[in-house]
Amino acid sequence: MTTPQYVYAIGRELDPAGLAGLAGLAGIDGAKVHRIAHQGVVAVASAAPSDQDALRARLERLDELAAVAEVHDAVVRAVAALTVIAPLRLATIYQNEHRVREMLRLRHKELEALLDRLAGTVEIGIKLYLGHSSPARATPVSSGRAYLHQLSRRHQRRDEDWRNAATAVERIDTALCARALDRSHHRPQPAQLSGAAGDNVLNAAYLVPAKHIAEFTKLAHRLASDQPAIHLEVTGPWAPYSFAEPNGGDRP
Amino acid sequence: MTNPSPWLTNQRPTSNLADVLERVLDKGLVIAGDIKVCLLDIELLTIKLRLLVASVDKAKAMGIDWWEHDPSLSSRHQKQLAAETAKEVSS
Repeated sequence: MTTPQYVYAIGRELDPAGLAGLAGLAGIDGAKVHRIAHQGVVAVASAAPSDQDALRARLERLDELAAVAEVHDAVVRAVAALTVIAPLRLATIYQNEHRVREMLRLRHKELEALLDRLAGTVEIGIKLYLGHSSPARATPVSSGRAYLHQLSRRHQRRDEDWRNAATAVERIDTALCARALDRSHHRPQPAQLSGAAGDNVLNAAYLVPAKHIAEFTKLAHRLASDQPAIHLEVTGPWAPYSFAEPNGGDRP
Repeated sequence: MTNPSPWLTNQRPTSNLADVLERVLDKGLVIAGDIKVCLLDIELLTIKLRLLVASVDKAKAMGIDWWEHDPSLSSRHQKQLAAETAKEVSS
């Protein structure tokens, strides 16, 4: 009872099959994942690494942070298959199980409402990239003036591409929003980070009924395929990270 | 569960580390735990992670390990940030 607890997610109480599924899960540092229950709501947790300072230091090292993040998400994903959950932000730690139960008791109403909202949903990540137009072939030009003319025309074309793309992106986002329960914008990812070609012009998450995943994804592909300059990347389904705050996403 | 679970059939084939980090660090339900563990700001990370994503080992092999010495990533700096955050949260 005195072991510190790392909490991955808050969820609805699991049925016997869910409990069996939870039994085999390993969390941070291989600690056994278990549930702490209070009146139909559970916290999914594992014993936190005993040395908190060491954990702190680890999370400052980016490679360790990445590893912990992957485990956190793996547990969240596994539990999302078993019951309705709201994933927690990384590294939420309580002194002991009693403190976790206390939190569940104090926030019971709010957590119930959140789980009601998230029931039967998944998060789909949609990223749109604007491809770099092929580098203009340098047409041999006869004079400096002709060269400048060519250059300015090239810039004009690029500006136009951007304007068209911006309109298209907005249209795609609007169409996807119409089929989603909520939407949340993320920061566009720099190309160096994602390794993707082109500029990330939209990085968003949509809250979608789990039974509509295929339909939603198909719609995204269809909308994007109408725009040759735009490249689509779909990720997920994710547990509803981007909609787990009481206020949800940012759909207007 | 009779319905095929979307979680088991689909393994996030195209997501990268950045997709995971922006969710677990920047999204997710925030509840104040008892023990404050400082997390790097996601924006800072976005800048700092570029090398890492390519390959930590490769970067280290090349002698690039500035994140371990970078003052903006040191625990003292993060503690200050944490103290400020804690103040905001408690007020």
